Amino acid sequence: MDLPVWQAVRNELRPLGVEIVLVAMDTNTSAATPIIDDAKTTYPQLLDPEHSLGALLGIINVPMSVWIDEAGMIVRPAEPAFAPRERGYGATELPPETPQRMREMLAEASKLDIDLQATITMLRDWARNGAKSRYVLTPEQVIERSAARPKSVSEAAANFELGQHLHRNGHEAAARPFFRAAHRLQPENWTYKRQAWSMVDPLQGPTEHYDSDWLSDVKKIGAKNYYARVEA
Amino acid sequence: MILDRLDPSAAEFARGTGWELKPEGACKAEVCMPVPASARRSDGRVNVPAVADALGMALVASEAHKLWALGPVSGGRALTTAVAPDLTLPQRDGNPFRLGSLKGTKVFMCSWASW
Repeated sequence: MDLPVWQAVRNELRPLGVEIVLVAMDTNTSAATPIIDDAKTTYPQLLDPEHSLGALLGIINVPMSVWIDEAGMIVRPAEPAFAPRERGYGATELPPETPQRMREMLAEASKLDIDLQATITMLRDWARNGAKSRYVLTPEQVIERSAARPKSVSEAAANFELGQHLHRNGHEAAARPFFRAAHRLQPENWTYKRQAWSMVDPLQGPTEHYDSDWLSDVKKIGAKNYYARVEA
Repeated sequence: MILDRLDPSAAEFARGTGWELKPEGACKAEVCMPVPASARRSDGRVNVPAVADALGMALVASEAHKLWALGPVSGGRALTTAVAPDLTLPQRDGNPFRLGSLKGTKVFMCSWASW
C-alpha cells in the first residue's frame, strides 16, 4: 500500500514546507481505518465517505491529487498522482491460491499508463521553488484545466450522494438504482463505480446488481486510458 | 447535499453547498452567480428548486424516503474558482479536520481507497 510511501515523502518534504494529506474515499470507513492504523503515519489521514472530493474538486478516481499553496489557492487541479513506490501496479508475485479474476485484474493493472516518479519529481520542484515552480498554474489555468462539468455530472453526484446516504442508513436495495444512475451519467467516474461494485464483490467483478465491472470496463476503454496523462 | 425539505435555511444551504445567497446572487469565494428573486422565500429560507435551476444543480429525489440530493453547480468547469474549498472532513479518530488549518503550508492532498 501507498500510505507508508507517502510517509517517506512527508519526511523529506515537510521540512521544506509541504504537508501531505491523504483522503480515504471508502463509503464504509471501517475498510480504510485498519490500513491507516497499520501504516502508523504522522500526516493527516482524512475520511471522505460521501465522496465530496468528487463534487468539490473533480476527483474521479484514486489516486488523484490537488495542490494547494500557502495562501489557500489551488495551484494544480485534480489529476492522477502516484506514490513513488518501487514496484508498479500489478507487478507482484502471486501466491498460487490467487483467484483467476484477481490475476486478470493485476495483469490489466500492469498495463496502466503510470509514471511512478512523475509526482515526486513535481513535488520536489514545488517544495524547492514554490510559486516559481514550473508546475504551479495560474488561477485561470487551474479552472480551465479542471474537468468539464456538464449537468449530467451534477446529476451523477446527486444520485451517488443519495445512494450513499440510503446505503449508510441500511437501505441497500433502495440505494442501488441511484448508484446505477450515477454510473450511467458519469461513466468516467471510477470512484462511483468501484465503490458500488466493491459493496457487492470485493473483486469488483460482474454481479446481477450492476451493468459493468472493473475488468470489463478497463478493457473497454483500454488500460492506457484509465488514468489521464499528467501534463506539466 | 442531502435535504429532507426543499426550503432549508440559508446557513444550511451554504454549509451544504459552499454557495452563500447574497444580494448580488449565489456566491463562492470571489465568484457570484445571478439567481432569481424567487430564490429566497419571504421568510428568508432558500427555495431550492429555484436556485438549483439557476445554477445548474441537479435535484434528485427519493420519493420513498422523502429525501433529495442536490448536485454541484454545473455548466462550466469542475472548479468555479481556484480558491480551495473550506473543506472539513473527519480524521481517523473522528475529530474534524479543517483543510484551512494548513494555511501557510503547501498542501498535497491525495485520494485513495481500500478498493
